[in-house]
Amino acid sequence: MTNESIQEKIIAKFGDKVFNFSEPYGFLTFETPADNNIALLQFLFDDADLKFRFLTDVTVVHYPNDKGRELAVVYHLHNLVDNVRLRFKCFLDIQTPDIDTATVLFESANWQEREAYDFFGVNFVNHPNLKRIMNVEEMDYFPLRKEYPLEDQSRTDKDDEMFGRGGSYN
Amino acid sequence: MTDELIQHNIKLPDGSIEKTTTTLNLGPTHPATHGVFQNILEVDGERIVSSEQTVGYIHRAFEKIAERRSLYQITPLTDRLNYCSSPINNMGWHLTCEKLLGIKTPKRVDYMRIIIMELARIADHLICNSIMVVDAGGLTPFTYLMEYRELIYEIYEEICGSRLTTTIGRIGGFERNFSDTAWKKIEKFLNEYPKALREFENLATRNRVFMERCIGAGAISAERALSYGFTGPNLRAAGVDYDVRVHTPYSSYEDFEFKIPVGTTGDVYDRYLVRNKEMWESIEIIKQAYQKIQDFKGEEAEVYHADAPDYYLPKKADVYTKMEALIYHFKIVMGETEMPAGEVYNCVEGANGELGFYLISDGGRTPYRLHFRRPCFIYYQSFSELTKGAMISDAVLVMSSLNLIAGEMDA
Repeated sequence: MTNESIQEKIIAKFGDKVFNFSEPYGFLTFETPADNNIALLQFLFDDADLKFRFLTDVTVVHYPNDKGRELAVVYHLHNLVDNVRLRFKCFLDIQTPDIDTATVLFESANWQEREAYDFFGVNFVNHPNLKRIMNVEEMDYFPLRKEYPLEDQSRTDKDDEMFGRGGSYN
Repeated sequence: MTDELIQHNIKLPDGSIEKTTTTLNLGPTHPATHGVFQNILEVDGERIVSSEQTVGYIHRAFEKIAERRSLYQITPLTDRLNYCSSPINNMGWHLTCEKLLGIKTPKRVDYMRIIIMELARIADHLICNSIMVVDAGGLTPFTYLMEYRELIYEIYEEICGSRLTTTIGRIGGFERNFSDTAWKKIEKFLNEYPKALREFENLATRNRVFMERCIGAGAISAERALSYGFTGPNLRAAGVDYDVRVHTPYSSYEDFEFKIPVGTTGDVYDRYLVRNKEMWESIEIIKQAYQKIQDFKGEEAEVYHADAPDYYLPKKADVYTKMEALIYHFKIVMGETEMPAGEVYNCVEGANGELGFYLISDGGRTPYRLHFRRPCFIYYQSFSELTKGAMISDAVLVMSSLNLIAGEMDA
């Protein structure tokens, strides 16, 4: 099973609901709309050839400058039989960061989604126990979002320019 | 299910609003947790009706910190994930960086890394297994093995100067060649450890009390284990032969002959057996790597790092005498090298399973986002299911057999 054949199968099933295919470092990567994530996971799980039945990782990336697509939920899946991996991303608007939970398919999604909620505020709809996991429950912000700078705000020697990015995230 | 389990050991008068079950805190600072995390158990007599886990007591926001650290400064953060086998985390991180930067390491470096990684795996497994026997009530076997963790730490010390949080190696290889003392200690380890391990096995593996305590406790089927995201020895104990070293070989693991031990029932005893067998395999791997390194001749026998001037610090003598070396030294130390944009997922077989690094670079000097896939954070969720209906004493053994390391869970 090659990346091309997997891509063909997924496109044949979902048409234009899957897009932006790429292979960074040989790792098949693509996007799908947030409301398609469970259908896609289910298809990848059930299909007799694909068999992506191991959820390696769920995490979130914040892109504050990408308006309407600020949060990317990234799923890493693994077919343990043929030893192939893929990742797909669902972009969410930070104003309505809702996406269906993958706990219906994978028990391991439970805490990983709680962690994603804890740090980025992604609301996993129908999650059995969506509360903070690493931080205290009284916390009222999502610390891994880019608007919370790591360094002391009074310091001027450690702004983003010093890290090769020119200007801050905001 | 819950109602069936409640045996109503406590006889309450009719109409009483008191609970028939007791809430018991196992942790956060309980001798049985061997780390800072909490299990809130709802127990009926000595049986666990339900439980809830709380983690995050030593959360240190490594993923956030890493967004403002250049690559070499992130290595010390990885030390503090699974601190029982820091070198594997360090190497995993270096391999991830090398993948992103396209650095190809020489074979000798790969083999040196494998020696270190397998020593770390042995150090991790020997602690896990011998402490498991301690938790089951046998202190003596532990003393047979602990001596050799000390020897492994001495080897680390000889190579990199530190023992627990090692920060061993560099992007591209090692900062210096292994010294003669280091090689002597590795030889000593290879000569003496098998005897100690055999003695340990003779003491513990067929011990009646230990077997009665372990067999059948905390069992999980292969299917449930996969659903819970198990990897590493815990998944293999359930009968799935998934090992990153074999499936996605890194650091030239494909050059080595070794077996993947698997269990059948996925209970505490199988996890113990799988870890023990893995230690034997690790010894074999180290022997092979040792031999392969001895076989290098001439210039190849002196290589200990790749040629990666943008990331590998030049020799100090050159820094004082040569312009280029001085520039590179300054740029590396100040973290002023822009790395290529891209996203990488790289994983290694940590002592607890698939340790993954998901690194996104936007072309800056620090990662745009770094995420650690920590195996024991992911499989600890199964604890409720594993201990439902079990005795409190089983819960303790299940915990030690899963090898829960707070540093890795909380990141």
